[in-house]
Amino acid sequence: MCLGVPGKVVEWIDRDPVFGRALVEFGGIRRECHMACVPDAEVGNYVIVHAGIAITRVNEQDAERTLQDLAAIAEGLSARDEFNSAGTV
Amino acid sequence: MMKFIDEFRDPVLATELVRRIRATAKQPWVLMEVCGGQTHSLLRHGIDVELQDAVELIHGPGCPVCVTDISAIDLAQQLASLPGVMLASFGDMLRVPGSQGSLLTARAAGANVMMVYSPVDAVRHAQSHPELQVVFFAVGFETTAPATALAVLQAHQLGLENFSVLVSHVRVQPAMEVLMQAPDNRVQGFLAAGHVCSITGYDLYDDFAQRYRVPVVVTGFEPVDLLQGILECVTQLETGTAEVRNTYGRSVARFGNPAAQRVVETVYEIDDRAWRGFGVIPAGGYRLRENFATFDVQRRFGLTRSTETNDSATAQRCRAGEVLSGRLKPCDCPEFGTACTPDSPLGAPMVSSEGACAAWFRYHRGSKL
Repeated sequence: MCLGVPGKVVEWIDRDPVFGRALVEFGGIRRECHMACVPDAEVGNYVIVHAGIAITRVNEQDAERTLQDLAAIAEGLSARDEFNSAGTV
Repeated sequence: MMKFIDEFRDPVLATELVRRIRATAKQPWVLMEVCGGQTHSLLRHGIDVELQDAVELIHGPGCPVCVTDISAIDLAQQLASLPGVMLASFGDMLRVPGSQGSLLTARAAGANVMMVYSPVDAVRHAQSHPELQVVFFAVGFETTAPATALAVLQAHQLGLENFSVLVSHVRVQPAMEVLMQAPDNRVQGFLAAGHVCSITGYDLYDDFAQRYRVPVVVTGFEPVDLLQGILECVTQLETGTAEVRNTYGRSVARFGNPAAQRVVETVYEIDDRAWRGFGVIPAGGYRLRENFATFDVQRRFGLTRSTETNDSATAQRCRAGEVLSGRLKPCDCPEFGTACTPDSPLGAPMVSSEGACAAWFRYHRGSKL
Protein backbone atom coordinates (compact mmCIF):
# COMPACT_ATOMS: atom_id res chain seq x y z
CA MET A 1 0.00 0.00 0.00
CA CYS A 2 3.01 2.27 0.44
CA LEU A 3 3.66 1.88 -3.27
CA GLY A 4 4.70 5.21 -4.71
CA VAL A 5 5.28 5.81 -8.40
CA PRO A 6 7.52 8.58 -9.78
CA GLY A 7 5.91 10.73 -12.46
CA LYS A 8 6.64 14.01 -14.24
CA VAL A 9 4.44 17.07 -13.67
CA VAL A 10 3.28 18.12 -17.13
CA GLU A 11 0.58 20.70 -16.36
CA TRP A 12 -0.94 22.37 -13.32
CA ILE A 13 -4.77 22.33 -13.38
CA ASP A 14 -5.48 24.17 -10.13
CA ARG A 15 -3.05 25.66 -7.57
CA ASP A 16 -5.53 25.83 -4.68
CA PRO A 17 -3.79 24.85 -1.38
CA VAL A 18 -6.37 22.10 -0.65
CA PHE A 19 -7.86 21.22 -4.04
CA GLY A 20 -4.68 21.74 -6.12
CA ARG A 21 -4.29 19.27 -8.98
CA ALA A 22 -1.87 18.65 -11.83
CA LEU A 23 -1.48 16.28 -14.75
CA VAL A 24 1.36 13.87 -14.01
CA GLU A 25 2.88 11.54 -16.60
CA PHE A 26 3.96 7.99 -15.79
CA GLY A 27 5.84 6.29 -18.64
CA GLY A 28 3.59 7.97 -21.23
CA ILE A 29 0.31 7.70 -19.29
CA ARG A 30 -1.15 10.92 -17.84
CA ARG A 31 -3.18 11.06 -14.65
CA GLU A 32 -4.67 13.85 -12.60
CA CYS A 33 -3.04 13.96 -9.16
CA HIS A 34 -3.68 16.01 -6.04
CA MET A 35 -0.81 18.37 -5.26
CA ALA A 36 -1.54 19.81 -1.77
CA CYS A 37 1.61 18.17 -0.35
CA VAL A 38 3.93 19.43 -3.11
CA PRO A 39 2.78 23.05 -3.61
CA ASP A 40 6.21 24.09 -4.93
CA ALA A 41 6.51 21.43 -7.65
CA GLU A 42 6.86 22.95 -11.10
CA VAL A 43 6.18 21.60 -14.58
CA GLY A 44 9.06 19.29 -15.46
CA ASN A 45 9.70 18.23 -11.84
CA TYR A 46 9.18 14.62 -10.80
CA VAL A 47 6.93 13.70 -7.88
CA ILE A 48 6.16 10.42 -6.09
CA VAL A 49 2.45 9.63 -6.27
CA HIS A 50 0.67 7.43 -3.75
CA ALA A 51 -3.12 6.88 -3.50
CA GLY A 52 -3.81 9.66 -5.96
CA ILE A 53 -1.76 12.36 -4.27
CA ALA A 54 1.81 13.51 -4.81
CA ILE A 55 3.56 12.83 -1.47
CA THR A 56 6.98 14.31 -2.23
CA ARG A 57 9.15 15.79 -4.95
CA VAL A 58 11.92 13.64 -6.39
CA ASN A 59 15.35 15.02 -5.59
CA GLU A 60 16.78 14.71 -9.08
CA GLN A 61 20.30 15.83 -8.13
CA ASP A 62 20.44 13.11 -5.50
CA ALA A 63 19.23 10.49 -7.98
CA GLU A 64 21.90 11.56 -10.47
CA ARG A 65 24.59 11.52 -7.80
CA THR A 66 23.57 8.00 -6.73
CA LEU A 67 23.57 6.82 -10.34
CA GLN A 68 27.03 8.33 -10.89
CA ASP A 69 28.33 6.55 -7.78
CA LEU A 70 26.81 3.34 -9.04
CA ALA A 71 28.21 3.91 -12.53
CA ALA A 72 31.64 4.13 -10.91
CA ILE A 73 31.01 0.71 -9.38
CA ALA A 74 30.00 -0.63 -12.81
CA GLU A 75 33.14 0.87 -14.39
CA GLY A 76 35.26 -0.73 -11.73
CA LEU A 77 33.47 -3.91 -12.61
CA SER A 78 34.26 -3.73 -16.33
CA ALA A 79 37.88 -2.77 -15.56
CA ARG A 80 38.09 -5.85 -13.36
CA ASP A 81 36.55 -7.99 -16.11
CA GLU A 82 39.13 -6.68 -18.59
CA PHE A 83 41.86 -7.39 -16.09
CA ASN A 84 40.48 -10.89 -15.55
CA SER A 85 40.16 -11.65 -19.23
CA ALA A 86 43.64 -10.20 -19.88
CA GLY A 87 44.92 -12.52 -17.17
CA THR A 88 43.46 -15.54 -18.89
CA VAL A 89 44.98 -14.79 -22.29
CA MET B 1 10.76 3.57 -19.77
CA MET B 2 10.04 4.73 -16.23
CA LYS B 3 12.56 7.31 -15.09
CA PHE B 4 13.82 6.79 -11.51
CA ILE B 5 12.68 3.15 -11.63
CA ASP B 6 14.40 1.40 -14.54
CA GLU B 7 17.89 2.70 -13.66
CA PHE B 8 17.50 1.15 -10.21
CA ARG B 9 16.77 -2.29 -11.68
CA ASP B 10 20.10 -2.61 -13.51
CA PRO B 11 21.11 -6.29 -13.24
CA VAL B 12 24.86 -5.56 -13.57
CA LEU B 13 24.79 -3.16 -10.63
CA ALA B 14 22.59 -5.52 -8.63
CA THR B 15 25.02 -8.41 -9.20
CA GLU B 16 27.96 -6.29 -8.08
CA LEU B 17 26.10 -5.13 -4.96
CA VAL B 18 25.27 -8.76 -4.10
CA ARG B 19 28.98 -9.60 -4.45
CA ARG B 20 29.92 -6.70 -2.16
CA ILE B 21 27.37 -7.68 0.46
CA ARG B 22 28.64 -11.28 0.43
CA ALA B 23 32.23 -10.05 0.69
CA THR B 24 31.37 -7.73 3.60
CA ALA B 25 29.23 -10.07 5.70
CA LYS B 26 31.50 -12.25 7.83
CA GLN B 27 28.52 -13.72 9.65
CA PRO B 28 24.85 -14.10 8.76
CA TRP B 29 23.23 -10.88 9.93
CA VAL B 30 19.51 -10.67 10.60
CA LEU B 31 17.86 -7.65 9.00
CA MET B 32 14.23 -6.63 8.97
CA GLU B 33 12.71 -4.84 6.01
CA VAL B 34 9.92 -2.90 7.63
CA CYS B 35 7.63 -2.29 4.65
CA GLY B 36 5.56 -4.94 2.88
CA GLY B 37 6.31 -3.29 -0.46
CA GLN B 38 9.99 -3.99 0.21
CA THR B 39 9.16 -7.61 1.13
CA HIS B 40 7.43 -8.16 -2.20
CA SER B 41 10.26 -6.57 -4.16
CA LEU B 42 12.93 -8.62 -2.32
CA LEU B 43 11.11 -11.88 -3.03
CA ARG B 44 10.04 -10.95 -6.54
CA HIS B 45 13.63 -10.24 -7.57
CA GLY B 46 15.01 -13.23 -5.67
CA ILE B 47 17.26 -11.06 -3.48
CA ASP B 48 16.55 -13.17 -0.38
CA VAL B 49 17.74 -16.26 -2.29
CA GLU B 50 20.82 -14.47 -3.69
CA LEU B 51 21.88 -13.46 -0.19
CA GLN B 52 21.07 -16.76 1.49
CA ASP B 53 23.58 -17.60 4.29
CA ALA B 54 25.01 -14.05 4.20
CA VAL B 55 21.96 -12.08 5.28
CA GLU B 56 18.69 -13.29 6.72
CA LEU B 57 15.80 -11.01 5.84
CA ILE B 58 12.84 -11.15 8.16
CA HIS B 59 9.66 -9.48 7.10
CA GLY B 60 8.34 -6.61 9.14
CA PRO B 61 4.86 -5.45 10.08
CA GLY B 62 4.59 -2.91 7.24
CA CYS B 63 1.42 -4.26 5.71
CA PRO B 64 -1.28 -1.89 6.94
CA VAL B 65 -4.27 -4.07 6.16
CA CYS B 66 -2.55 -7.02 7.88
CA VAL B 67 -2.13 -5.15 11.17
CA THR B 68 -5.64 -3.69 11.08
CA ASP B 69 -7.51 -5.01 14.07
CA ILE B 70 -10.42 -7.33 13.33
CA SER B 71 -12.71 -5.02 15.36
CA ALA B 72 -12.20 -2.25 12.77
CA ILE B 73 -13.08 -4.60 9.90
CA ASP B 74 -16.16 -5.77 11.80
CA LEU B 75 -17.24 -2.17 12.39
CA ALA B 76 -16.76 -1.44 8.66
CA GLN B 77 -18.96 -4.45 7.86
CA GLN B 78 -21.60 -3.23 10.26
CA LEU B 79 -21.56 0.20 8.59
CA ALA B 80 -21.71 -1.25 5.07
CA SER B 81 -24.90 -3.11 5.95
CA LEU B 82 -26.70 0.07 7.12
CA PRO B 83 -29.27 1.39 4.63
CA GLY B 84 -28.08 4.42 2.67
CA VAL B 85 -24.41 3.91 3.55
CA MET B 86 -21.65 3.40 0.97
CA LEU B 87 -18.44 2.08 2.45
CA ALA B 88 -15.31 2.89 0.44
CA SER B 89 -11.74 1.72 0.88
CA PHE B 90 -8.62 0.46 -0.88
CA GLY B 91 -8.91 -2.87 -2.70
CA ASP B 92 -6.66 -4.75 -0.28
CA MET B 93 -8.74 -3.69 2.70
CA LEU B 94 -11.90 -5.04 1.12
CA ARG B 95 -10.39 -8.50 0.64
CA VAL B 96 -9.18 -9.02 4.21
CA PRO B 97 -11.32 -11.35 6.30
CA GLY B 98 -12.91 -10.02 9.48
CA SER B 99 -14.75 -12.24 11.92
CA GLN B 100 -17.68 -12.48 9.46
CA GLY B 101 -15.84 -12.72 6.14
CA SER B 102 -14.46 -9.85 4.09
CA LEU B 103 -16.08 -6.62 2.93
CA LEU B 104 -16.15 -8.04 -0.60
CA THR B 105 -18.14 -11.04 0.59
CA ALA B 106 -20.44 -8.57 2.36
CA ARG B 107 -20.84 -6.76 -0.97
CA ALA B 108 -21.78 -10.03 -2.66
CA ALA B 109 -24.47 -10.37 0.02
CA GLY B 110 -25.89 -6.93 -0.82
CA ALA B 111 -23.86 -4.46 1.28
CA ASN B 112 -22.80 -1.17 -0.34
CA VAL B 113 -19.04 -1.42 -0.70
CA MET B 114 -16.89 0.51 -3.16
CA MET B 115 -13.23 0.10 -4.07
CA VAL B 116 -11.34 3.36 -4.59
CA TYR B 117 -7.81 4.16 -5.70
CA SER B 118 -7.71 7.39 -3.70
CA PRO B 119 -9.55 8.70 -0.62
CA VAL B 120 -10.31 11.90 -2.52
CA ASP B 121 -12.36 9.79 -4.96
CA ALA B 122 -14.61 8.89 -2.03
CA VAL B 123 -15.11 12.62 -1.33
CA ARG B 124 -16.11 13.17 -4.96
CA HIS B 125 -18.54 10.28 -4.71
CA ALA B 126 -20.13 11.87 -1.62
CA GLN B 127 -20.37 15.18 -3.46
CA SER B 128 -22.18 13.65 -6.43
CA HIS B 129 -24.40 11.35 -4.32
CA PRO B 130 -25.99 13.53 -1.61
CA GLU B 131 -28.52 10.75 -0.98
CA LEU B 132 -25.74 8.46 0.31
CA GLN B 133 -23.66 8.56 3.49
CA VAL B 134 -20.16 7.80 2.19
CA VAL B 135 -17.78 6.28 4.74
CA PHE B 136 -14.09 5.97 3.94
CA PHE B 137 -12.27 3.21 5.83
CA ALA B 138 -8.91 4.95 6.32
CA VAL B 139 -6.03 2.52 6.76
CA GLY B 140 -2.35 2.85 6.05
CA PHE B 141 0.95 4.05 7.47
CA GLU B 142 2.36 7.58 7.52
CA THR B 143 2.66 7.33 3.73
CA THR B 144 -1.11 7.17 3.32
CA ALA B 145 -2.16 9.50 6.15
CA PRO B 146 -1.66 12.69 4.04
CA ALA B 147 -4.09 11.34 1.39
CA THR B 148 -6.84 10.52 3.90
CA ALA B 149 -6.22 13.76 5.84
CA LEU B 150 -6.50 15.70 2.58
CA ALA B 151 -9.83 13.97 1.87
CA VAL B 152 -11.11 15.15 5.26
CA LEU B 153 -9.83 18.70 4.62
CA GLN B 154 -11.59 18.77 1.25
CA ALA B 155 -14.85 17.44 2.73
CA HIS B 156 -14.57 20.08 5.47
CA GLN B 157 -14.09 22.91 2.96
CA LEU B 158 -16.97 21.62 0.84
CA GLY B 159 -19.15 21.45 3.97
CA LEU B 160 -20.09 17.83 3.18
CA GLU B 161 -22.41 16.29 5.74
CA ASN B 162 -22.54 12.91 4.02
CA PHE B 163 -18.84 12.01 4.25
CA SER B 164 -17.13 10.44 7.25
CA VAL B 165 -14.05 8.35 8.01
CA LEU B 166 -13.33 5.23 10.02
CA VAL B 167 -9.75 6.03 11.01
CA SER B 168 -7.51 3.03 11.54
CA HIS B 169 -4.14 4.58 10.66
CA VAL B 170 -0.96 3.15 12.12
CA ARG B 171 2.48 4.64 12.81
CA VAL B 172 5.50 2.51 12.11
CA GLN B 173 8.19 3.71 14.51
CA PRO B 174 6.30 2.78 17.72
CA ALA B 175 5.93 -0.76 16.31
CA MET B 176 9.70 -0.93 15.78
CA GLU B 177 10.09 -0.07 19.49
CA VAL B 178 7.81 -2.99 20.41
CA LEU B 179 9.82 -5.34 18.20
CA MET B 180 13.13 -4.31 19.80
CA GLN B 181 11.72 -4.71 23.31
CA ALA B 182 10.50 -8.28 22.68
CA PRO B 183 12.60 -10.79 24.66
CA ASP B 184 12.92 -13.05 21.60
CA ASN B 185 13.86 -10.24 19.21
CA ARG B 186 16.36 -11.31 16.53
CA VAL B 187 16.51 -8.10 14.48
CA GLN B 188 20.05 -6.68 14.24
CA GLY B 189 19.42 -3.97 11.66
CA PHE B 190 16.47 -2.23 10.03
CA LEU B 191 15.74 -1.27 6.44
CA ALA B 192 13.39 1.61 7.26
CA ALA B 193 10.33 2.09 5.06
CA GLY B 194 11.26 4.51 2.26
CA HIS B 195 7.95 6.20 1.55
CA VAL B 196 7.01 6.49 5.23
CA CYS B 197 10.24 8.48 5.60
CA SER B 198 9.35 10.60 2.53
CA ILE B 199 6.67 12.07 4.78
CA THR B 200 8.20 11.89 8.27
CA GLY B 201 11.91 12.22 7.50
CA TYR B 202 14.39 10.13 9.46
CA ASP B 203 15.76 12.35 12.23
CA LEU B 204 13.24 10.66 14.54
CA TYR B 205 15.27 7.43 14.28
CA ASP B 206 18.49 8.91 15.70
CA ASP B 207 17.48 8.34 19.30
CA PHE B 208 16.03 4.89 18.46
CA ALA B 209 19.25 3.72 16.76
CA GLN B 210 21.33 4.89 19.74
CA ARG B 211 19.11 3.40 22.44
CA TYR B 212 18.96 -0.06 20.87
CA ARG B 213 22.41 0.08 19.22
CA VAL B 214 20.77 -0.89 15.94
CA PRO B 215 21.51 0.49 12.45
CA VAL B 216 18.52 2.04 10.69
CA VAL B 217 18.93 2.51 6.94
CA VAL B 218 16.24 4.34 4.98
CA THR B 219 15.75 2.14 1.93
CA GLY B 220 13.83 2.30 -1.34
CA PHE B 221 11.97 -0.37 -3.26
CA GLU B 222 13.85 -1.27 -6.43
CA PRO B 223 16.48 -4.05 -6.41
CA VAL B 224 19.45 -1.65 -6.49
CA ASP B 225 17.84 0.46 -3.73
CA LEU B 226 17.27 -2.59 -1.53
CA LEU B 227 20.79 -3.92 -2.09
CA GLN B 228 22.31 -0.51 -1.28
CA GLY B 229 20.32 -0.44 1.96
CA ILE B 230 21.40 -3.98 2.86
CA LEU B 231 25.06 -3.22 2.05
CA GLU B 232 24.99 -0.11 4.27
CA CYS B 233 23.36 -2.05 7.11
CA VAL B 234 25.80 -4.98 6.87
CA THR B 235 28.78 -2.60 6.67
CA GLN B 236 27.64 -0.88 9.88
CA LEU B 237 27.11 -4.20 11.66
CA GLU B 238 30.56 -5.45 10.63
CA THR B 239 32.20 -2.26 11.89
CA GLY B 240 30.17 -2.13 15.11
CA THR B 241 28.34 1.10 14.28
CA ALA B 242 24.64 1.76 14.76
CA GLU B 243 23.63 4.90 12.90
CA VAL B 244 20.81 6.25 10.82
CA ARG B 245 21.65 6.45 7.12
CA ASN B 246 19.60 7.35 4.07
CA THR B 247 20.15 5.34 0.89
CA TYR B 248 16.91 6.59 -0.69
CA GLY B 249 17.84 10.26 -1.04
CA ARG B 250 15.90 10.80 -4.25
CA SER B 251 12.63 10.43 -2.31
CA VAL B 252 13.57 11.13 1.30
CA ALA B 253 14.88 14.29 2.95
CA ARG B 254 16.18 14.36 6.52
CA PHE B 255 13.12 16.20 7.83
CA GLY B 256 10.64 14.66 5.38
CA ASN B 257 7.98 16.68 3.61
CA PRO B 258 6.81 19.58 5.83
CA ALA B 259 3.79 20.34 3.59
CA ALA B 260 2.54 16.75 3.96
CA GLN B 261 3.22 16.83 7.72
CA ARG B 262 1.10 20.00 8.01
CA VAL B 263 -1.82 18.31 6.24
CA VAL B 264 -1.61 15.33 8.60
CA GLU B 265 -1.16 17.42 11.75
CA THR B 266 -4.09 19.67 10.87
CA VAL B 267 -6.48 16.71 10.75
CA TYR B 268 -5.01 14.00 12.98
CA GLU B 269 -3.42 13.63 16.39
CA ILE B 270 -1.35 10.74 17.68
CA ASP B 271 -3.27 8.05 19.54
CA ASP B 272 -2.76 4.56 20.97
CA ARG B 273 -3.84 1.87 18.54
CA ALA B 274 -4.62 -1.86 18.70
CA TRP B 275 -2.49 -3.68 16.13
CA ARG B 276 -3.29 -7.16 15.02
CA GLY B 277 -0.65 -9.48 16.45
CA PHE B 278 0.90 -6.76 18.65
CA GLY B 279 -1.90 -5.63 20.96
CA VAL B 280 -2.28 -1.95 21.81
CA ILE B 281 0.80 0.05 20.78
CA PRO B 282 1.24 3.37 22.62
CA ALA B 283 1.25 6.21 20.07
CA GLY B 284 0.81 3.52 17.40
CA GLY B 285 -1.84 5.35 15.37
CA TYR B 286 -3.76 8.52 14.55
CA ARG B 287 -7.23 9.76 15.41
CA LEU B 288 -9.18 12.76 14.16
CA ARG B 289 -8.66 16.03 16.01
CA GLU B 290 -11.64 17.53 17.81
CA ASN B 291 -12.02 20.19 15.06
CA PHE B 292 -12.80 17.42 12.58
CA ALA B 293 -14.79 15.18 14.92
CA THR B 294 -17.95 15.65 12.84
CA PHE B 295 -16.25 13.42 10.25
CA ASP B 296 -15.69 10.63 12.79
CA VAL B 297 -17.79 7.68 11.76
CA GLN B 298 -18.34 6.58 15.34
CA ARG B 299 -19.89 9.93 16.21
CA ARG B 300 -21.86 10.18 12.99
CA PHE B 301 -23.50 6.79 13.48
CA GLY B 302 -23.25 6.44 17.26
CA LEU B 303 -21.30 3.20 16.95
CA THR B 304 -18.39 1.97 18.99
CA ARG B 305 -15.57 -0.36 18.13
CA SER B 306 -15.66 -3.61 20.02
CA THR B 307 -12.73 -3.87 22.40
CA GLU B 308 -13.01 -7.65 22.60
CA THR B 309 -11.19 -9.75 20.08
CA ASN B 310 -13.81 -11.84 18.48
CA ASP B 311 -11.78 -13.95 16.08
CA SER B 312 -13.67 -16.55 14.14
CA ALA B 313 -12.44 -20.14 14.05
CA THR B 314 -10.88 -19.31 10.65
CA ALA B 315 -9.02 -16.28 11.95
CA GLN B 316 -7.77 -18.23 14.97
CA ARG B 317 -5.94 -20.65 12.68
CA CYS B 318 -4.06 -17.72 11.12
CA ARG B 319 -0.75 -17.01 12.85
CA ALA B 320 -0.55 -13.50 11.42
CA GLY B 321 0.77 -12.03 14.67
CA GLU B 322 3.88 -14.21 14.59
CA VAL B 323 4.42 -13.58 10.87
CA LEU B 324 3.99 -9.81 11.25
CA SER B 325 6.52 -9.61 14.07
CA GLY B 326 9.03 -11.72 12.14
CA ARG B 327 8.88 -14.69 14.53
CA LEU B 328 7.37 -17.12 12.01
CA LYS B 329 8.32 -17.52 8.37
CA PRO B 330 5.27 -17.93 6.15
CA CYS B 331 6.51 -21.33 4.93
CA ASP B 332 6.74 -22.60 8.52
CA CYS B 333 3.04 -22.04 9.18
CA PRO B 334 1.24 -25.41 9.01
CA GLU B 335 -1.60 -23.88 7.00
CA PHE B 336 0.65 -22.18 4.40
CA GLY B 337 -0.17 -23.20 0.84
CA THR B 338 -2.61 -25.89 1.97
CA ALA B 339 -5.56 -24.60 3.99
CA CYS B 340 -4.41 -21.01 3.35
CA THR B 341 -3.89 -19.68 -0.17
CA PRO B 342 -4.58 -16.30 -1.81
CA ASP B 343 -7.84 -17.73 -3.21
CA SER B 344 -9.02 -18.90 0.19
CA PRO B 345 -7.00 -17.02 2.82
CA LEU B 346 -7.21 -17.63 6.55
CA GLY B 347 -5.81 -14.20 7.29
CA ALA B 348 -4.69 -10.85 5.97
CA PRO B 349 -0.99 -11.57 5.21
CA MET B 350 -2.10 -14.08 2.53
CA VAL B 351 -4.51 -11.55 1.00
CA SER B 352 -2.74 -8.26 0.74
CA SER B 353 -0.45 -7.29 -2.10
CA GLU B 354 1.98 -6.38 0.71
CA GLY B 355 1.44 -9.40 2.92
CA ALA B 356 4.48 -11.61 3.56
CA CYS B 357 2.50 -14.85 3.08
CA ALA B 358 1.12 -13.67 -0.27
CA ALA B 359 4.67 -12.78 -1.37
CA TRP B 360 5.97 -16.22 -0.34
CA PHE B 361 3.10 -17.97 -2.06
CA ARG B 362 3.62 -16.01 -5.23
CA TYR B 363 7.39 -16.17 -5.49
CA HIS B 364 8.57 -19.16 -3.44
CA ARG B 365 5.54 -21.42 -3.29
CA GLY B 366 6.40 -24.35 -1.05
CA SER B 367 10.16 -23.86 -1.01
CA LYS B 368 11.90 -23.52 2.34
CA LEU B 369 14.60 -20.96 2.94
